[in-house]
Amino acid sequence: MTPISVAFLPLTDSAPLIVARAKGFAEAQGIELGLVRTTSWATLRDRLVYGQVQAAHMLAPLAIAVSLGLSQHRTALSAPFKLNVNGNALVMATEFAAALDPEPAKRVRDPVATAHDFASAIGLHRRKPVIGVVHRFSSHALMLRYWLGYAGVDPDRDVSLRVLPPSLMVEALRLGEIDGFIAGEPWNSVAIAEGLGEIVAAGVNIWRRGVEKVLAMRTDWMEANAGTVDRLLVAVSHAAAWCDDPANRGELALLLEQPDHVGQPAEWISTALSGRLVLRHGDAPADIPDFLLFHREASGFPWRSQALWIYSQLVRWGMVKADAAAERGAAAVFRPDVYRRALGGAGLPMPGASMKVEGALAAPLPVGAHQGALTLGPDRFFDGAVFDPDDIAGYLAALAQSPA
Amino acid sequence: MGRAAAGGEPALRIVVVDDSGLRATVLEEGLREAGYEDIHLVPPRGAFVAKIERMAPDVVLMDLGSPSRDTLEEMLAVSRALARPIAMFVDQSDEAMIGAAIDAGVSAYVVDGLRKDRVKPILDLAIRRFNAFARMQAELEEARTALADRKTIDRAKAILMHTRNLAEPEAYALLRSTAMSRNKRIVEVAEALITAHSLLGGQP
Repeated sequence: MTPISVAFLPLTDSAPLIVARAKGFAEAQGIELGLVRTTSWATLRDRLVYGQVQAAHMLAPLAIAVSLGLSQHRTALSAPFKLNVNGNALVMATEFAAALDPEPAKRVRDPVATAHDFASAIGLHRRKPVIGVVHRFSSHALMLRYWLGYAGVDPDRDVSLRVLPPSLMVEALRLGEIDGFIAGEPWNSVAIAEGLGEIVAAGVNIWRRGVEKVLAMRTDWMEANAGTVDRLLVAVSHAAAWCDDPANRGELALLLEQPDHVGQPAEWISTALSGRLVLRHGDAPADIPDFLLFHREASGFPWRSQALWIYSQLVRWGMVKADAAAERGAAAVFRPDVYRRALGGAGLPMPGASMKVEGALAAPLPVGAHQGALTLGPDRFFDGAVFDPDDIAGYLAALAQSPA
Repeated sequence: MGRAAAGGEPALRIVVVDDSGLRATVLEEGLREAGYEDIHLVPPRGAFVAKIERMAPDVVLMDLGSPSRDTLEEMLAVSRALARPIAMFVDQSDEAMIGAAIDAGVSAYVVDGLRKDRVKPILDLAIRRFNAFARMQAELEEARTALADRKTIDRAKAILMHTRNLAEPEAYALLRSTAMSRNKRIVEVAEALITAHSLLGGQP
């Protein structure tokens, strides 16, 4: 047995790692998987960078930021596998949400109208709205910025983004320190259950297939331990498939409920798994299809174009200067080659390309794949913009000019 | 006081951010004994980053297990109030030290340009105090358990003495020999006896 330690944060999307251990998928690959529960992204990063763990459940933008030297000690990290796609939601305090469409399901279904309503609501609010984000380098923050930017809201000027760990968001909302937050589950559902706010937007409706957490490792460790890495990816991929199977949802929610794992009631964990979320306390749950994906559509495949989309957003918001070396460095964090090497033998459909135009699919599309059929799901951005990884400058120029 | 020069060098302002008030105090004592005077304890709650910002510290020591580290790092990244940037202390020449700091559960942020020989003793001290605190907690927990165990065994002995008319040494010997023959701890046998006794209607 090879001992491997993996750091994670107590979030619903840590499921593939928890299941890899609990359901024996890691053991079947000869891996003795140790899970290190961590409560801040900074500590998760440090444990990975300084070798206390070999892999981590990491925000995709953070893996890129660490590799580019934007988050403390510069270290080359690699992401050969995406642990999930989507899974975030924006919760706003009841008082703020009152200025939006009165029907919560409509807000979530129509992110274009809601973005405009949100922009108007900012001016009506008693103060500059304070919105909690889990990290500057999180998919959540980038998604929120993208959505606000569309409606002409400058996220660095018109609202105040406050970094808070997911586990403290609900308390901060209760105390009125923030007016809303964007975070992964189960924290949105916890806030709703306590009657503190309403879900007004879902990540899946901003970008149909948004990158979320990756399995990150130090590049030097990954290169030196290819055999172990391959077995780890097989184990986690099997676990992700198990998580995606609707038949296992009940068991999965109970597993995540344990205090060593997510440590929140199963009732609030299962909402993300089923895509049936209560948007406002006391309402019947609303269906949000594809709220969270673990495995289907080869969702674990780390498309280099997705790493580049993250890079484009870091440039857009002034977090990194546009630069050819940084662009190459960001793209290199996602490792489709390692994914193919590790999982090629597992009989999974394997995308033929490593880059694609992001946001071009309005409907499911069968694509070229090695072994088996692969259908990619719709991946549109809510504003209809299309990201061509070969023309990032053009993409950013168009975003800057887009009418609000 | 405050920023008075000591030995030709300006005194360092050290901020300790910790959820555990007790551990923060233990660390503060250690720093004072080592001659540091400008020390401030800040619990990571509410608007703690604004407070730290106003203090303009040279060194920030923070519990690695605190969920608020991301909030602190965000302040360090964007604050315009800080004259010099503050970053995590990483001594490239000494990876073992960073490993020890992470194991001990402490992280250190220092202002740009602060010399390594001025930071290292502080971090060394923090590591030692954090480890000592963890040991102390473990010993305290052990002592608590031992006390509870002894109470349980005393109760079981009393039951045996009363129901089988044994002297105390005999009652204890019976518990011990039963534990040995069943490959159990004495306290487990004692617990089983107390449970059985109360099920049979005896006074617990």
